[in-house]
Order: sequence, then structure tokens, then C-alpha cells
Amino acid sequence: MTRSGFWIISVVLLIACGLGLAGWKVAVYGYPLTPGVTDETWTVQARVRLQPGNGPVRATLILPSATPGLGRLQEDFVSRGFGLDVQESDYLRRAIWTVRRASGIQTLYYRAQFFSDPNQTAFAPTPAYPEVPALDEPFATALQSITDEVRSRSADIASFAAAMLARINSPSPSAEIRLFLNAPEFGGDVITIARTLLAGARIPTERINGFLLSDSDRHATPISWLAVHNEQEWLFFDPETGRQHMPANLLVWWRGPGSPLEIDGAELVDIEWSIRRNEVASLLLAGERANRDGFAFSMVSLLSLPVHTQSAYAVLLLVPVGAFVMVLMRNIVGVRAFGTFMPVLIALAFRETGLVGGLLLFGLVVATGLMFRFCLERMHLILVPRLTAVVTIVVILMVALTMLSAALDWEVGLSVGLFPMVILAMVIERMSIVWEERGPQDALVEALGSATIATLAYVVMGLEQVRYLAVVFPELLLVVLGLTILLGRYSGYRLTELFRFRDLAREPQPS
Amino acid sequence: MIRRYLSLRRAGVLGVNARNGRYIAVHNERRFYPIVDDKIRCKTALREHGIPVPALLDVVRTQYEAARLARRIEPLEEFALKPANGSRGDGIIVVGSRRNGLWVSPSGSSYYSLEDLQFHVSGILNGMYSLGGQPDTAFFEGLVHTDPRLRALAPEGVPDIRIIVYKGVPVMAMMRLPTRRSGGRANLHHGAIGAGIDLATGRTLRAVMDDRLVDTHPDTGERVDGFEIPSWRDLLTLASSCYAAVSLGYFGADIVLDRRHGPLVLELNVRPGLSIQIANQCGLERRLNAVDAAHAEPRRLSAEDRVSLALELAASAWSNARRTAPAQHEPDPVEEENAGDGSPLGSDFVTKFARTAS
Repeated sequence: MTRSGFWIISVVLLIACGLGLAGWKVAVYGYPLTPGVTDETWTVQARVRLQPGNGPVRATLILPSATPGLGRLQEDFVSRGFGLDVQESDYLRRAIWTVRRASGIQTLYYRAQFFSDPNQTAFAPTPAYPEVPALDEPFATALQSITDEVRSRSADIASFAAAMLARINSPSPSAEIRLFLNAPEFGGDVITIARTLLAGARIPTERINGFLLSDSDRHATPISWLAVHNEQEWLFFDPETGRQHMPANLLVWWRGPGSPLEIDGAELVDIEWSIRRNEVASLLLAGERANRDGFAFSMVSLLSLPVHTQSAYAVLLLVPVGAFVMVLMRNIVGVRAFGTFMPVLIALAFRETGLVGGLLLFGLVVATGLMFRFCLERMHLILVPRLTAVVTIVVILMVALTMLSAALDWEVGLSVGLFPMVILAMVIERMSIVWEERGPQDALVEALGSATIATLAYVVMGLEQVRYLAVVFPELLLVVLGLTILLGRYSGYRLTELFRFRDLAREPQPS
Repeated sequence: MIRRYLSLRRAGVLGVNARNGRYIAVHNERRFYPIVDDKIRCKTALREHGIPVPALLDVVRTQYEAARLARRIEPLEEFALKPANGSRGDGIIVVGSRRNGLWVSPSGSSYYSLEDLQFHVSGILNGMYSLGGQPDTAFFEGLVHTDPRLRALAPEGVPDIRIIVYKGVPVMAMMRLPTRRSGGRANLHHGAIGAGIDLATGRTLRAVMDDRLVDTHPDTGERVDGFEIPSWRDLLTLASSCYAAVSLGYFGADIVLDRRHGPLVLELNVRPGLSIQIANQCGLERRLNAVDAAHAEPRRLSAEDRVSLALELAASAWSNARRTAPAQHEPDPVEEENAGDGSPLGSDFVTKFARTAS
């Protein structure tokens, strides 16, 4: 009982671990399940041109920090001759370029790559309640009456803010609103007015500035958006329409009314923003995300290995898959074959030669080798020298085939050298013994069985999807292992036994 | 296909996976395998337990000895030359007489020179016939002279009786008859046929050839069923007592009937073939289950008691219900008796099933 419990638990654990790990990679890091899936990313660049004065130059640029709905991958700074310092604190990052002396127009670049990331929500710290702004008359009274009026017609902070924006944006604003709109100190800016009015109700607000990431745009202009905190989370309002929503892919670059750029000791020539949209393989993106988060398994990922090692492992990882196919064929279907792993090795060789060419070469070498083997039989050699002789013959055959196909320009023939020759020799040896002991029929049945299993294993190992899963989700090997244990405990009939015992399955005739 | 699967399951047919996984792996401890796989050790172990075996004439372990074979086999007129770890009867040379310095097979069809025999011994030592090509040992065994009473069934070669022994209880038997195709060998793989044996009576049933049922010997055309095997109960006891020598819960005993020495255990087999089920027209698993249900630990019983148990089961639970006329098992006193022991999967269950099946 405990023994049967042990294997069941092992199978369940192995399969759960494998699927769990793979599922985790898919769900959290977005590893795609099929090859060739791409994702959008955007490269956003700020180019600042400066005309330095005589003294030291210092330029401070606010960098995007946390952005809801977008994740940042990598960022680059290009600034020849400038010293660079990146200051980071919660929700605020700044790049500070400094140079003691510079002449001529200087160009500073900052470039960062962004991707859609629904997990990203943090944006700014929870703010304190603002003081009611100290305004001169008649603004103070107007503020009071507007907030009283809006408050009476709203239920919560969200509806309050929406109602306020609607009043500001109204085509026929009330006299109080018009007072604010026309006041020079607010410059007619909706967000500034809205923030002032909302502060009158002690509602924390924030102006956010950034870019809508959609298509490429070489001359992007920053847009502003109003964020209102409702004591639990930030709500986003379109200042133009007053509608509460967060546009997809709004990159929040900096907060507050000012410019993100401060310059000392130089004149700003211009600042140019550009957005480039890229298609990136989801796999790369997932890998970078995993790396960024320090996900332990991404470090042991096969994708981080050198390319030639990768391709070696890509083959290696397929061997268990091929072996699993063989287990299915032998223990569930009941196909007879030579050797335990011979069919898998032949299937690996097929990967180089192609299926038809491989089968042809395999048949050719084995058939010819078998003929020579029968000659050897007459010489009464003992085992080890005889096997060596067979290996030698196989190699000679392979060389002959290669030279022949080179002369005939037959591409497939050239790949015969990739066949595992010792395996071929063992096949020939084993086949000849079976041939002599049990007759040609058994030998041919086993040879055909081997070729069938090899073909099937080759086809399965060659499936794009299988190869992709093996490399990207090597943890699925645990699932293969679990299933193999499961099959190892299979004690039902093999398919061929249904045929073999057909005389026992016949329902007895009524007598 | 699923119907076929289920009907095989209902008939209690044992498949390769079930045999290996549920019986051999569970009931046969691996440390006892070498005793059975090595025919010389097996012979010794059996002899120590007082079980009659064919004589061990000589053993060749090294190439040095093989090169000096002439002196050793000079006195031998007849023998069987075998690999100690051979399987499926491969690599066996049988010599029945000598003529003109050559060794001649009993049928007279093959001749072997000294050189041939030396080469063969050398091949055996090199592992040509052992599993996995392991170096092996060759041995000469006394030739079995088949009891002439069996000649009616098997005109040539050495027929043997394969008895499957489960937990010491003989559960199924078959007489393996060599054919011309099998070259005198009694292995079904080589083309021999196997006649099922009614365990209760020792009478042969129909036979299996290439996994199909046949009624006649392919060489002679004689019917193979209805033949009564002499001293059947002794054979069962012999097979059952082999259990003490090898401690395997599941094995096949190959017994030959010698003209002079009577029944001899030729060899034991850890993975006896499954075609025996076809010959007996009965699933093995059904019988194994019946043994499990009938007695908790039959291994503790004496060989005689185990045979009694087998005969009892054969008369009731296993009764080859499929072949016997329904009238025979309507009023069955043994069935009544067994129904009383309250075993959940007892013989009454199987008999009931057998009745519904027929």
C-alpha cells in the first residue's frame, strides 16, 4: 500500500512541479506557449540639445519611474563628455548630467524600452491632504461656492472630481468658473484650475505628464492628465472631457506642472521626444522580464547559454521525448524492436539526414552489412573480433556511400557519416543472430519495428512545438518523467496482445 | 478494440505488462534471479533439494579449456551442449551419437566436427547467447531420452512439460512439442507447439502454434488433445517442490520425462511465456487470483499440500468451464464447499462468472 502510494505521489508531484513551473512562467512572465509569438514594445527617447555657457553645465532630467500598465526593460544614456549620475528614490528618478566645460551644442540622449505589463500598478506615493489654497477675493468666495455646489451633487471623490471637470469644461461655464478660467495666474489651464478647485475640497491631486504609446512618432508632444487620489487609489481623469479613465499605454514620465528638465549654466536649444514601436519576440521579452525580476530560473535558462551549447542541449532535451515515444510504442502498443534505445538514436540520426533519406540509408547500410555478416558467420569468428569486423564493415560502407553520393551529387548520402556506426553494427549483429536463430521473419519484424519507432520518435522530436517547449520549458521534462513512471506502472494489455490473445477473447459459443 | 480489451480482462488473461509489473516484479526477488538464470547454479540448487535433474557432465569456463576440448569430450557419446545463461533455447547443440569422429545430432540431420564444437563453446564463453553479451559458461548435460510413451505426441526432439508455479502452487501447464520447424527444440519461439493440459486430470487440451489454436501436430497430423500424461500428480509435485530451491513466487518449471530416470527438471524460467494461456483457453490471471483468494500464504504449505490445493481449485474455480458441457458444473459439491469460506474473490465468484460466460 505504501509502495503504491509512493509512486502515485511521485507521479503527481512530478507532473504538478513541471506544469506548475511552466504555468508560473507563462502567467507571471508571459513566456509564450507557442513559438513565433511577438509583443509590442516601445522605445521612447528624449533628446536634449544644449548651448553651454562659459561655466560648468548641469542638466537634470526626470526619468520615468513607475508607470501603471507599463513595464520598463532597459534604458540607455548617451552623453559624450558628460558625467552621469542617476538618483533614485521612491517614485522619483533623475538623471544628472554634469560637465565642467563644454563648447558647441551638446546633445544628451536618454532612451528606454517599455512593454505592456498589467501587473504594474504602483505610480506615486499616497499623498497628504492638501491645504485649502489661500486665495484672494473674489477667488476664495467663488471657490467656496463651487465646491459647495459640486459637493451637493456628488456622492464620492470620483464623482466630485468628474463633476468639477465637467463644470470647468462646460461650453457655458458658470460665472465662478469663468472667473478662474480667465484669471491670468491660472493661464486658462484646466488641470491647474481643477487642482486648485479640488484642493478647495482638500482632495489630493497630481498632474501627470507623459506620452500615449501607440505608433511610432518622431516628434511626440507630452500630454497631461489629472490624477485624483480617493484615499485608496489613484483615479485618472481626462482633463479635456472630464471622463474618468486611464488610456492604455499612457507612459507617465513626470509629475507636476513644471518641465522635467532643469538646466544650469547652459541654454536649452530644444528637447525632442520620439517614440518608436517595435515588434519583439515574446520569448525575449519574457526572458528580460524574468531577468529584471531576478527570477531564479531565468538565470539557469537554456536561452542564456552560448548558442552552440544551446543547440546541443536542444537535442539532448529531445532525447527523453523520443524515449517516451519508444516507451509508448513498446509497452502500450507492443512493437518489437532491437535494443532498448537503438530506435531513439536512429531517430536522432534522422534529424540530420531527413526521414526518407535516413530510412533509405539505414536500410541500405543494414542490408549490406547483413550480407557481409553472413559471410563472417562462415569464418567462425569469435564474438569480439566479429563485432569489430562488423563495425569496420559498417564504416567502410559509410565511406563508400559518402564517396558515391559525392560523385553523384546526392546530398542525403553525404550525411551518412552522422549515423551512429556502433549502433548500426549492433543492429546488424543482433539482426543476424535473430535471423539465424528464429528465422528471417522475426528478424524483419524486429527491424521494421525499430524503423517504425525511430520514424515516430523522429516525427515527434521534429515537431516545432515540441522542440520549442523542450527548450523554453525544460521543466516539462518532469512531466515526461512522471508520465514515464505512470506508464511503468501500466499493467494492462498491449495493443498487440489484443491481437495475440484473440483466441482467448472469443466469446464462448453456447453449447 | 475496447471490447476486445474488456473481454480479455473478463477472461482474466495475463498480459506482458501485468506479468512483469504485478507478478514477476512483486513476487520474484531480484537476488534469486541468478540462481535461475544460470542453469548450472539452478541445477545445483535443485539437486541440493533432492529434485531430479539431468546429469551435469562437464563445465567449460575459460577459452583455455575450450581449446583443449578434445580430451574432455572424448568419453562423451551423447550430450546437450548449452550456454549457462542462454535464453529461449538459443545456442544449444544436441549430440546423440558419434560417427567417424564426428558428433551427430539425435535426428541424424546435423554433424559437428571437433572444430565446430570448439567454436560453439568459444562463442558461448564470449557471450554470444547470453543476454546483453555477458561472458558466459558452457556446460555439457546428459542427453534426455524421452519416455517412449510421449513419442505418440512428439515423434522427434525432446518434448517437455511447462508448469507455471505461483507461490509454490502449480497453476497452469502445457506440453511443448518440438516440430520439424523448431529443429527439435521445445521452444514456442522456434516453432514448437504447446498443448494445454487440464491441471485436474493431466489430459492434454488443444495446442497453440504461433499464438493460434490448433488441434493437430503439424508434422504428423495426429490430434494432440486427450492424451493422458503419465504420473501427472508426481509432475505437479515436482514442479511445486522447485519453489523451495529458488524461492521465486512466479516461475515456469520445464520438466522432461526420461525413459530411465523418470521426470527430470530441465530448467526453471523466471519469465515464462504467456502463450500457455491460449493453449489452455484460459486466462492466467484468473487462476492467480483464485490462488490468492483460496489461501493467504500457500508458500508455507508443503509441496504435496500445494498440489492438493491446485487440484482442488482446478476441480472448481478454474474448471475449464469454457470447454466443459454446462451440465457438468450445475450441481458441484466443491463449489458449495468453497462458497462457505467467505473469500470475496473466491472460487465461487469465478465459477459463477464461468457460468455466465458460457
